[in-house]
Amino acid sequence: MAYDYEKSIRPGKLPHIWCPGCGHGIVMKGLIRAMDTCGLEKNNTALVSGIGCASRLPGYMDYCTLHTAHGRAAAFATGVKMAKPEMTVICVGGDGDGTAIGGNHFIHACRRNIDMTYVIMNNSIYGMTGGQFSPCTPTGAKASTTPYGNPDPTFDISKLAIGAGATFVARTTAFHATQIDKLIAEGIQHKGMAVIEVLDDCPTTYGRRNKFRSVVDMMKRLKDIAVPVAAAAKMTAEQLEGKVLTGVLYKEDKPEYCEQYAKVIAKAQGA
Amino acid sequence: MAKKVALLQGNEACAHGAIYAGAKFFGGYPITPSTEVAEVLSNELPKVGGKFIQMEDEIGAMAAVIGGALAGSKAITATSGPGVSLKQELIGYACIAEIPCVIINVMRGGPSTGMPTGPGQSDVMQARWGTHGDHAAIALAPASCQEIFSETVRAFNLAEKYRMPVQVVYDEIVGHMRERIVFPEPGELEVVERIAPTVEPKDYKPYDASKGDVPPLAAFGSEYRFHVTGLNKAADGFPTTKAELVDAEERRQIRKVEANAADIESNEEYLTEDAEVVILAYGSTARSARYAVNELRKEGVKAGLFRPITLWPFPEKRVAALAQQAKAIVVPELNLGQMILEVERVIKGNATLAGVNRVDGEPINPGQIMNKVKEVM
Repeated sequence: MAYDYEKSIRPGKLPHIWCPGCGHGIVMKGLIRAMDTCGLEKNNTALVSGIGCASRLPGYMDYCTLHTAHGRAAAFATGVKMAKPEMTVICVGGDGDGTAIGGNHFIHACRRNIDMTYVIMNNSIYGMTGGQFSPCTPTGAKASTTPYGNPDPTFDISKLAIGAGATFVARTTAFHATQIDKLIAEGIQHKGMAVIEVLDDCPTTYGRRNKFRSVVDMMKRLKDIAVPVAAAAKMTAEQLEGKVLTGVLYKEDKPEYCEQYAKVIAKAQGA
Repeated sequence: MAKKVALLQGNEACAHGAIYAGAKFFGGYPITPSTEVAEVLSNELPKVGGKFIQMEDEIGAMAAVIGGALAGSKAITATSGPGVSLKQELIGYACIAEIPCVIINVMRGGPSTGMPTGPGQSDVMQARWGTHGDHAAIALAPASCQEIFSETVRAFNLAEKYRMPVQVVYDEIVGHMRERIVFPEPGELEVVERIAPTVEPKDYKPYDASKGDVPPLAAFGSEYRFHVTGLNKAADGFPTTKAELVDAEERRQIRKVEANAADIESNEEYLTEDAEVVILAYGSTARSARYAVNELRKEGVKAGLFRPITLWPFPEKRVAALAQQAKAIVVPELNLGQMILEVERVIKGNATLAGVNRVDGEPINPGQIMNKVKEVM
């Protein structure tokens, strides 16, 4: 049976601004299915984003939505969650927004293990500003500010999140559409900081400059580089060269930030 | 029963004022000379069920404050010059998205790291023009520990009433001096609560100004669902680039302060009725100025003090009127001449104008002010 996406979409706010072939819409559909799976109450759920193409997502969704400043989603979301811990808080955004200008807030939200879900759409580029390189642009790739090829090393967002202290970290790609909602749902249900990295495609500002002749080529690449964690365990280092692990990469139970602060309140009030 | 009294630092008084006003959220990042505000609130907020969070940086602190305010809490941050500089983009966000919050700026010397433990009054223009774009500003400048308490309460009231960020700016001298504080009883000072919407949730528009320049603000997590953005927007909160909507929105947000200047403004006048020379001073400098006025009067000089407690909006009408009456206006300030520019703008050459300025970390003493007054008279 076809899924009813319309019940989650804000009336009158489509069409979206994303270019043909962009993977963000696939992620949004996955997010809608995940939020529905988790039975989230619209009034009690905040969707928070920064700036950029991916960060326009909340505007299309019928929840409490907060489109903030470049890179600041996790910090705004921290304020919302702290003030109202009973709310479900989900951040969405791109790789540049989340790990360059927003890198500090991202790693510290992970460190606190605050109960939120951060969906990062990693398309390796700054799309909205016209294709400048991001911390996730592959070394050597072309971008509007790397005309001779990108000299910068590249971030591994999932490893960064694990290293910073996030207690649920998963990765998938825009090609693996049915895995997106499963991982996001698991992240929402996890108590603590959940990071779901979705490798995404930007045909307009990345593909065009980097010899992807079509969106299909970009999707094919996402399909080819993805290796499920279980399969990777049986592969050699040589076979894993150039591949990206997908699935749940890390999961642990650790004290959650707002619960810890509730103990501070109890102590201050003499409990 | 006798009222509770205490010997408190200005910064401590600020924190207690915030609690009195009903603050339930603090997001901050440590910076001298403002840290005692955070330290006291980390102790006091959880007692009243409030939340204190020390963020990873100043920008994150301002973001968390806006998030907390949007979730329905009265929210505050405290910082000093360089911290305010970092917060500026998001102060602008709070302006355009009309999110009530309070920003304490305990001013030190500068620019840049400057003198972290030295006093300054060099952020008074930052309080007005620090963030980008056209917007209104409210900034209050208390001059004593008791007044820091009451002005912090008033800052929350104005933030909630006009749905915008309000800054409280005071110099390190007032922030770190200790004075006797008489705690007001509950109900003694006015405490304003946010105007909540009464419309059906489906009809709620967070920027619907059809019934006035300050539309009611719902809280996230209530029965109202809405969209908030830093982009120019229409009444429903969604982005627009439609010229007439953008223009109307920008002008309304400035008008809501300008049209209510009389309600927002607060000034102190001392012996100005017959003053031939008016000393215009704020913060700790006004205390030296008051002493200078008394000394000058003893010497037969008709001096008076005008102390703006509300720096922004600037008390244009009253200052212009004083310039008609007085021969001279002297503006002592702990910077090389910032607020004097505003005085110059509004008095239109109607009185001799002179500044007394220091940026060496020392307070301006009454003698310096008296000498300048004698020079211009």
